[in-house]
Amino acid sequence: MSVDSATVRRVAKLARIAVSDEDVTAMEGELNAILGFVEQLSEVDVSGVEPMTSVIPMAMKKRQDSVTDGEKADDVVANAPASEDHFFMVPKVVE
Amino acid sequence: MSDLTALTIAEARAKLAGKEISATELTEAYLTAIDAANPQINAYVKVTPDKARSMAKASDERIAKGDAGSLEGIPLGIKDLFATEGVHTQAASHILDGFEPRYESTVTANLFADGAVMLGKLNMDEFAMGSSNETSYYGPVKNPWRKRGSNMDLVPGGSSGGSAASVAAQLCAGATATDTGGSIRQPAALTGTVGIKPTYGRCSRWGIVAFASSLDQAGPIARDVRDAAILLKSMASVDPKDTTSVDREVPDYEAAIGRSVKGLKIGVPKEYRRDDMPGEIETLWQKGIAWLKEAGAEIVDVSLPHTKYALPAYYIVAPAEASSNLARYDGVRYGLRVPGKDIADMYEKTRAAGFGREVKRRIMIGTYVLSAGYYDAYYLQAQKVRTLIKRDFETVYADGIDALLTPATPSAAFGIGDQDMASDPVKMYLNDIFTVTVNMAGLPGIAVPAGLDAGGLPLGLQLIGRPFDEETLFSLGSVIEKAAGRFSPEKWW
Repeated sequence: MSVDSATVRRVAKLARIAVSDEDVTAMEGELNAILGFVEQLSEVDVSGVEPMTSVIPMAMKKRQDSVTDGEKADDVVANAPASEDHFFMVPKVVE
Repeated sequence: MSDLTALTIAEARAKLAGKEISATELTEAYLTAIDAANPQINAYVKVTPDKARSMAKASDERIAKGDAGSLEGIPLGIKDLFATEGVHTQAASHILDGFEPRYESTVTANLFADGAVMLGKLNMDEFAMGSSNETSYYGPVKNPWRKRGSNMDLVPGGSSGGSAASVAAQLCAGATATDTGGSIRQPAALTGTVGIKPTYGRCSRWGIVAFASSLDQAGPIARDVRDAAILLKSMASVDPKDTTSVDREVPDYEAAIGRSVKGLKIGVPKEYRRDDMPGEIETLWQKGIAWLKEAGAEIVDVSLPHTKYALPAYYIVAPAEASSNLARYDGVRYGLRVPGKDIADMYEKTRAAGFGREVKRRIMIGTYVLSAGYYDAYYLQAQKVRTLIKRDFETVYADGIDALLTPATPSAAFGIGDQDMASDPVKMYLNDIFTVTVNMAGLPGIAVPAGLDAGGLPLGLQLIGRPFDEETLFSLGSVIEKAAGRFSPEKWW
């Protein structure tokens, strides 16, 4: 499988990365080189093989269902590019 | 003062305990060395002299009171991937511009609780994506090693290039690092240092900027095997804040050094012998085999048939996880924001300006392989291949193999701006051909310097262990170290 420039633009849109025409041309070549390299995986017989879902076999740890942390609104917004009254500020979303 | 920076952690520990030197003197020696060397090596992206001095002073007070920790007064460099409270934490990326977390990663908190002193934050490939430290927003790190008779700048490997270079150039006593596909072991091998990636789940990932969560593990880079054992003992812990942290007590790794390796069965996997591998790597491998044999280990030829599929499977799994993990960098909660005409435009412009080329490339690949219609063909297939890779290891371990011996890298350090690698991303990816299998299977792996090539550059060997058997790796690693000796670069900076 290989990607064309329209696919590169569609993927960039999904990934929320603005791309110029030059970027698209360069990325098309690079992505196809990588996809060409991973293509060899299709020759592996995986019939009856379960996909790996856990690196180390263990039951997922669950924490107690209780409040153990909080009251840190100042810390949460401390690194925000724009905030007001403990809210993150973004450009207008709804007209 | 340079003699103080030449001390290993074990040596410094003894001198500090014997009150021959103070933590403040030791820290000052490193700060002086960093001032002189960093403009050339570029290992540190942020030096924290005030913090280092106050931590060293506190260490001296604890030593005086007789309640010193296991790393009391030992000056360390911290990879920029670890969250350090109130201190520059940017994963060497522009998108985390100005980010100073309000919390401390579990690994650094463990080190500081044991008395370690932080000298600053270390350079790395952006978001740990790279094998040469050239993708950093802060520019490449220079390897302290140069070819005999040459002044060409070489890469230190990556992504923990700043960690490896600072340890090799004696700009810290030891460093934290992380390894997703080889990012501890490859730079360690390229700089003549020791690096261990422990078993997945051994070190908490809490507070480490996530790249590929099912592969990422923290570990140390150190001057020698003993120092690596000392550091790992402190870094490793059971952490309720990381659901993949494994409930197992952390053993005393240092006690494994010098332990007999007699009767241990060491597998030599034939799939790691590549036609395009320089003869020197093969020679080094044979030397390693001979050293372990002399120490009483039994060498067994083994097969790991799915080895060649590990790297292509990695380049589906890792970018897929990265594309998801890096979705959080949107210009809203932290870091860079580039204004746009609406919110989507702001996201797109911020991410276009904030991420470097390699990071964008991987996010794009990850987004593509996870997108509708391609998920089964790419991602699901890769996760099934991953099961087979893990099964290969399980089979040889079930047959009684205690550890595996392989080369660490397919070559010695290469030049900064290597045209071959720059023109083809896959060429750069091949650097991790011997290390990436270990991450795919979640196993521990250590890189130990084993010799110099014809040009005088260091080469390393890798030992791969059973899950949570880092101790055997330290025992075997110290055998190789004893036989090969230790290697230091000639100072040019």
